Amino acid sequence: MKAYYSLFKMTLIKGLQYRISALAGVSTQFFFGFMFIMVYQAFYLSNPATQPISLRELILIVWLQQAFLVFIMLWFRDSEIINLITTGNIAYELCRPTDIYNFWFAKLIAQRLSRAILRCFPILLIAALLPFPYKFTLPDHLTTIILFFLTLILGLIIIVSISMLIYISMFYTMSPTGSLLMFSVLGEFFAGLTIPIPLMPDFLRNLTYMLPFRYAADLPFRIYAGNIKHDEAIISIGIQLFWILLLLTVGKLWLKKALNRIVIQGG
Amino acid sequence: MKIYFKYLKILLKSQMEYRTSFILLSTGQFFVPFLIFISIFLLFQRFPNIGGWSLYEVALCYSIIHIAFSLSECFARGFDSFSSTVIKGDFDRILVRPLSTIIQVLGSKFEFTRVGRFTQSVIVLIFSLSNLSITWEIYKIMTLILMVISGVFIFVGIYMIGATLSFWTIEGLEVINIFTDGGREISQYPLNIYQDWIKKFFTYVIPFGTVNYLPLMYLLDKTNRSIFMLAPLLGILFIIPCIFIWNFGVKHYKSTGS
Repeated sequence: MKAYYSLFKMTLIKGLQYRISALAGVSTQFFFGFMFIMVYQAFYLSNPATQPISLRELILIVWLQQAFLVFIMLWFRDSEIINLITTGNIAYELCRPTDIYNFWFAKLIAQRLSRAILRCFPILLIAALLPFPYKFTLPDHLTTIILFFLTLILGLIIIVSISMLIYISMFYTMSPTGSLLMFSVLGEFFAGLTIPIPLMPDFLRNLTYMLPFRYAADLPFRIYAGNIKHDEAIISIGIQLFWILLLLTVGKLWLKKALNRIVIQGG
Repeated sequence: MKIYFKYLKILLKSQMEYRTSFILLSTGQFFVPFLIFISIFLLFQRFPNIGGWSLYEVALCYSIIHIAFSLSECFARGFDSFSSTVIKGDFDRILVRPLSTIIQVLGSKFEFTRVGRFTQSVIVLIFSLSNLSITWEIYKIMTLILMVISGVFIFVGIYMIGATLSFWTIEGLEVINIFTDGGREISQYPLNIYQDWIKKFFTYVIPFGTVNYLPLMYLLDKTNRSIFMLAPLLGILFIIPCIFIWNFGVKHYKSTGS
């Protein structure tokens, strides 16, 4: 356990060094956040009838999405692990007296965490200073914030377990392109990143509720915005735990199988 | 110019060597923007219009800018990913050849996988035009073609500015994405839905408004002023200052020496 923790800590500290690149990322994400809000604003103007989600809730969700983008993006990849697999240096990793799944898992979590820490505060702080209706505000109840953080962390675990599957599939395909593509294209859509899930037609919305993606990106943000009530949130945490258990088990078994038939490329 | 086509042929052949990867990437280039359009389509199921524009009108807006973007990314990829050329010191080689730097950088890289994005944009264009009742005359067809050309010129201009900056910063700047990806996303919708400062910025500073918003007002009979059909020509002029900036950068280039 100690080895995983120190790897986690090291990756975290390393990630926190990239402050300039984070600054560039912050301004880009801030711009995109603004743009999405203006588009939704214009849409809402055309139809004042009540929608399943209010514009105000949507604005909060957009800011949170931009702030925690690295928590929810599947295409975010670690070239080190990819190189290990394609060059055959995986042999060194296998010599270590550690479990390779846990080792990578700790690393991937720390990477995303360090980037999010650098980026979320400036984005949310500036957004909080904006005039109404763009303003980012805190929710009314403390329970909402607790539920938000709990689901956000569980969501991060879900995303990393899914991305672990992408890396494991590389033992077979030798190239991340295919699986990364499939997961990120469909994953983003079903996580509600291109169209908010409440605004989807019913059959699509039901479909997203059956897939793991929305439990990482859509659920915590809608809890924060108040679009999902507390009792529904608690049920959803149960579903999150179920997905984590399933994804971890599948990932570990699959990795074991992949390592059994592994052929080291090159020398 | 002849050399440019030779570059094009060689790089096409070399990319075709990795056929699976080519097909996968092109499929991705097809589906990523396609799902964005699906999202726009679904939003229009709940909302009747955006800023007074209907789904088919927005689709026209969207397809023009995406066609222009895919063409510029395919043919001007050399400028778009120029920072790696500077880092590796490859630009020294370009400088010693007796040929314009612009042609050489343009010819250094092509992204043929953008055919995926191009295809989906053309599908959206057909979808839009077959549902709109525009009385086509020669001026309108010319305007439509000019719109795409103007879009390509503006994107290439922005890539050139970004490339010039990397003479000084060495590393590529993520901020330039605000103008390329951001400009593309912004002009998927008509500019009148945005705040005034965004509208002005993307009309007068980086003239994406001249690519689709202004000429579409003419094409879709939203204005009487037929002068708007000439707007894409102004957009094309955007490339001129960019070429100057590029040449200025080339003069101040210091090799990384690696």
